[in-house]
Amino acid sequence: MIPARFDYHRAADAAHALALLGELGDEAKLLAGGHSLVPLMKLGLAQPAALVDVGDVRELSYVDERDGVLAVGALTRYRDIERSELARRLVPILAHATGRIGDPQVRARGTIGGSLAHGDPAADLPAVAVATGAVMVVRGPGGERHVPAREFFRGFLETALQPDEMLVEVRFPASGVEPWAYEKFSRRAQDYAIVGVAVVRGPEPGIALVNMDSTPVFCAAASAALGRGEEARAVAELAAADGRPPSDLNGDGAYRRHLARVLTERAVRAAAI
Amino acid sequence: MNRIPVRVTVNGEPTEHDVEPRLLLVHHLRETLRLTGTHVGCDTSNCGACTVLLDGEPVKSCTVLAVQADGHQVTTVEGLAAGDGRLTAVQEGFRREHGLQCGYCTPGMIMAATGLLAAEPDPPEHRIREALEGNLCRCTGYQMIVNAVRWAAAHAGETFDVATGPRQAEGAA
Ligand SMILES: Cc1cc2nc3c(=O)[nH]c(=O)nc-3n(C[C@H](O)[C@H](O)[C@H](O)COP(=O)(O)OP(=O)(O)OC[C@H]3O[C@@H](n4cnc5c(N)ncnc54)[C@H](O)[C@@H]3O)c2cc1C
Ligand code: FES
Ligand code: FES
Repeated sequence: MIPARFDYHRAADAAHALALLGELGDEAKLLAGGHSLVPLMKLGLAQPAALVDVGDVRELSYVDERDGVLAVGALTRYRDIERSELARRLVPILAHATGRIGDPQVRARGTIGGSLAHGDPAADLPAVAVATGAVMVVRGPGGERHVPAREFFRGFLETALQPDEMLVEVRFPASGVEPWAYEKFSRRAQDYAIVGVAVVRGPEPGIALVNMDSTPVFCAAASAALGRGEEARAVAELAAADGRPPSDLNGDGAYRRHLARVLTERAVRAAAI
Repeated sequence: MNRIPVRVTVNGEPTEHDVEPRLLLVHHLRETLRLTGTHVGCDTSNCGACTVLLDGEPVKSCTVLAVQADGHQVTTVEGLAAGDGRLTAVQEGFRREHGLQCGYCTPGMIMAATGLLAAEPDPPEHRIREALEGNLCRCTGYQMIVNAVRWAAAHAGETFDVATGPRQAEGAA
């Protein structure tokens, strides 16, 4: 359980982190909360040559309201999102789903940016970002670009981020994201979802599934059906037909489709107007 | 081998050591500082035996690099009774309510419970169970642990003499 050797660099701020990434090249990785990266390094599944520690870059830790969005700094820890009055009021699905990640110790360390940049399809916040229509603010050597969450996740643990770029902020619509529901099914405490679903019923409905493919799944047909006011059962059938669910020791693809249908129906009913 | 200076305040005492960046905080505590109260129970960040307080929040010290704790405050189970040597209500609660059998998970449980009661002094039972989600116990079945935390909540702020536990009192009689 001892990670392989690496060079360690501590970034004073975001600009310093980007400069270090530029200098060190592809072999360097950012270290935020470390709760995906350190477990992988302990198991020998990740062996970065260098880490750029951004864990203490406080300028990217905030939850703010501005211009109709809830802006969350990429280095904001789960604990601070869970406890944020602003997040609970404006984007309650975000605060709620964050509170369902792992266990209290994990939530004391993990960051929203780390979760989204890691791009694990079994993680909770990627699906919440997709369902709410969040936008990722990405900073690189050439400046900033904005990537909609629905285009950000490209494959298993693969996102639109380039090695010399960093996620600096996530913007959630501060209105129109209610009513909502988040359903997560797992069999043991602190586990990832076997399947989960985020449902936002606002003027632009969004439904996204957790752990039903190699990326979070945006359910376009089910979201449209929800917008037309179709029955929960019909919406759920459409959602469950989406994605290419993996088979593993927790369940095969058919079981996952079953869960997706049941959880979506439950979530749509819970998010009744 | 590259070594990095790490300054951590552990149980109120400033410490400074040059360590390898890959050193985990739990190994720094156990091996560099010889504070072996914090246990290692797994390779996968699941068991919580390694739980310590980092700036007052319970964290799994096997999933934090020592270098990440530079400039921060760490409290281990040894730090609870520090000073006058008297036990905290959480420690005494585990003793009175038999919140342990083999004791392997106990330091982690005590630190997670201490973190909970600092944030929520009088949690209902379901909150205690949620707060201990990250801590596994292979012996007790958890109910006695939950009872211990409830006992501690009811005795918040009190401290206890190690020598006057219920067993000694009975033995003396
Ligand atoms: C016991 C346990 C249980 C867990 N349960 C759950 C769960 O139920 N649900 C869930 O969603 N997650 C769960 N997780 C994972 C947890 O949420 C991770 O903390 C999170 O996925 C990663 O965030 P981090 O800040 O720790 O990132 P790190 O581990 O530091 O980094 C993860 C990756 O993202 C990159 N990165 C980090 N920040 C940035 C940035 N700003 N810009 C660009 N790249 C960046 C890093 O280089 C790295 O490749 C669990 C973890 C553990 C240990
Ligand atoms: S040793 Fe098991 S969680 Fe840290
Ligand atoms: S008392 Fe033995 S593991 Fe908890």
